[in-house]
Amino acid sequence: MSANANGRSERFDVIIVGAGPAGSAAALLCARAGLKVLLIERGEYPGAKNVSGAVFYGSAIVDALIPNWWEQAPVERHVCRRDLVLMSPTTAVSLDFRSAAPGYVAPPYNAFTILRPKFDRWFAAQAEAAGAFLLTSTVVDDLLWEGSRVVGVKVRRDEGEVRGDVVIACDGVNSWLARKAGLQRELETHELALGVKEVIGLDEAVIRQRFHLNGEEGMALEYLGAVTEEVHGGAFLYTNKTSLSLGVIAQLSSLVEHKKRPYDLLETFKAHPAVAPLVRGGTLREYSAHLIPEAGWKMIPDLYTDGMMVAGDAAGFCLSTGIYIEGINYAMQSGLAAAEVAIDACRRRDFSRSVLRLYLDALRRRNVLTDFQAYRHAPSFVNGERLQNLYPELAALASEALFRVDGNRKQKLLPLYWRSLRKVGGKPSHVLRDLYQVTRAYLW
Amino acid sequence: MVITTHDEKIRTARFKVDDRPHIVVDGEKCRSCAVQSCVTVCPANLFVPLDDGSVLFNYEQCFECGACYFVCAEEGAIHWTYPRGGYGVTFRES
Ligand SMILES: Cc1cc2nc3c(=O)[nH]c(=O)nc-3n(C[C@H](O)[C@H](O)[C@H](O)COP(=O)(O)OP(=O)(O)OC[C@H]3O[C@@H](n4cnc5c(N)ncnc54)[C@H](O)[C@@H]3O)c2cc1C
Ligand code: SF4
Ligand code: SF4
Repeated sequence: MSANANGRSERFDVIIVGAGPAGSAAALLCARAGLKVLLIERGEYPGAKNVSGAVFYGSAIVDALIPNWWEQAPVERHVCRRDLVLMSPTTAVSLDFRSAAPGYVAPPYNAFTILRPKFDRWFAAQAEAAGAFLLTSTVVDDLLWEGSRVVGVKVRRDEGEVRGDVVIACDGVNSWLARKAGLQRELETHELALGVKEVIGLDEAVIRQRFHLNGEEGMALEYLGAVTEEVHGGAFLYTNKTSLSLGVIAQLSSLVEHKKRPYDLLETFKAHPAVAPLVRGGTLREYSAHLIPEAGWKMIPDLYTDGMMVAGDAAGFCLSTGIYIEGINYAMQSGLAAAEVAIDACRRRDFSRSVLRLYLDALRRRNVLTDFQAYRHAPSFVNGERLQNLYPELAALASEALFRVDGNRKQKLLPLYWRSLRKVGGKPSHVLRDLYQVTRAYLW
Repeated sequence: MVITTHDEKIRTARFKVDDRPHIVVDGEKCRSCAVQSCVTVCPANLFVPLDDGSVLFNYEQCFECGACYFVCAEEGAIHWTYPRGGYGVTFRES
């Protein structure tokens, strides 16, 4: 299909940069509306450069486009068990969730574990089947301008200019296009987290037995506390069909501050007494790393300019509520919102800001801007060390003391927590302030 | 326990190495950099501090994550781009 994008003469209605979930969702919708769509991806195939945990929460979004999509897509397991695990270096306490309610053990499923190189490839193929041209192994280096209007992209190839009426930048967290368009500023290291991850192969029967799962049921575990030592962050472990995905997510500025190497934290995590038995006997299949935009509302750029919109991680639409990450679903929703506006603009033959500003309304209709606004207080607090490190560790320490029966006088709970709080270096005044912040961030 | 060394980790990813580096580090600028944050954060451990205060960098097994670009505080020390299309890292499982 590369021939279609080679010459200067070739012109597209919509050019989408990046075949991740945002880009492929946008391409699918635009192509279905009959537009001439070019989807450009720098990887050898869509997903080749992409890393997530991953639990995919956007099942209903894809279902609206491709009914019963999970029957044909490369999904791993549907999630019906979740654990939130709070850790000290030696102990773990967890809140265990298991449900047979609608969506958890029968279709339509609520969430699936997925592997991005497989899933992204499939999703981009759906856009292709709808008529979009997919151009892989191609890097977009810059935008094409006419005055103050974006009119296409420059690709790193001979004769590398492609013109299009609308450009949708879906080029991920490190979005050169959003910066080159002047829509996004340079990001700060406290707004970014680095995820390092391993996929560990494990026998299917062992996975079912070890995690108490039937058939294709899956489990997601999220870890907070001493798991990242003093670095702000957390860890995850998800079950796939014949492997586990596990990793550590650490705030970039915090890694620098504490001079901690990400892969060392990953090894500490795997060696924790609550994690080691879960991965035992497995073999490493792949190690990977990727950045995550974690500052939510505060890092959302200007979302459009003449001839261009920004979607997905490139626009900071990745929601970190402190326990798990929702990025893929918001990437898709924002890609679809941009596509709706692109379709509208093509109908009106007007690609100026005055039309593209409708993107904001579309993002609200699809609950993207509204959700990020509602959770605008969460991210900064989440990256606070007390919530991600101290309190979880406190819970683990207090339980450690609670369950210890050693013939000494029994302790009541309050003094026990009080002593544990002192032990991990917490102050009561902080606790009150944090309580206020938590309730503000999550309750109203 | 599944302990893996850094070499074992890196060996699991597939790299198609371009003869032109996509990231170029100006070791001279690194001499005046006190923190050398790139050394700490790079998940592929590609930055090696040298005795003379500069930093040795090899682009070949890079995950293209951008962490070094964002932590580097020294203006112009890192020239960062993506590899040519189809080159660089290819994930199959992640
Ligand atoms: C460790 C980790 C765990 C995560 N866990 C979860 C999870 O469990 N659930 C969840 O929902 N989210 C999770 N996320 C977040 C999620 O991965 C992102 O929010 C999501 O991938 C964003 O999708 P996107 O399409 O915007 O960007 P991406 O998926 O990053 O896609 C961008 C695409 O653009 C291409 N590209 C970039 N620049 C160019 C260029 N110049 N030219 C051509 N192509 C280009 C890239 O190769 C890529 O294919 C996790 C992230 C990480 C790192
Ligand atoms: S952070 Fe920048 S200036 Fe400092 S050593 Fe690394 S590349 Fe050089
Ligand atoms: S982009 Fe990431 S993997 Fe590559 S050198 Fe920089 S920090 Fe290391």
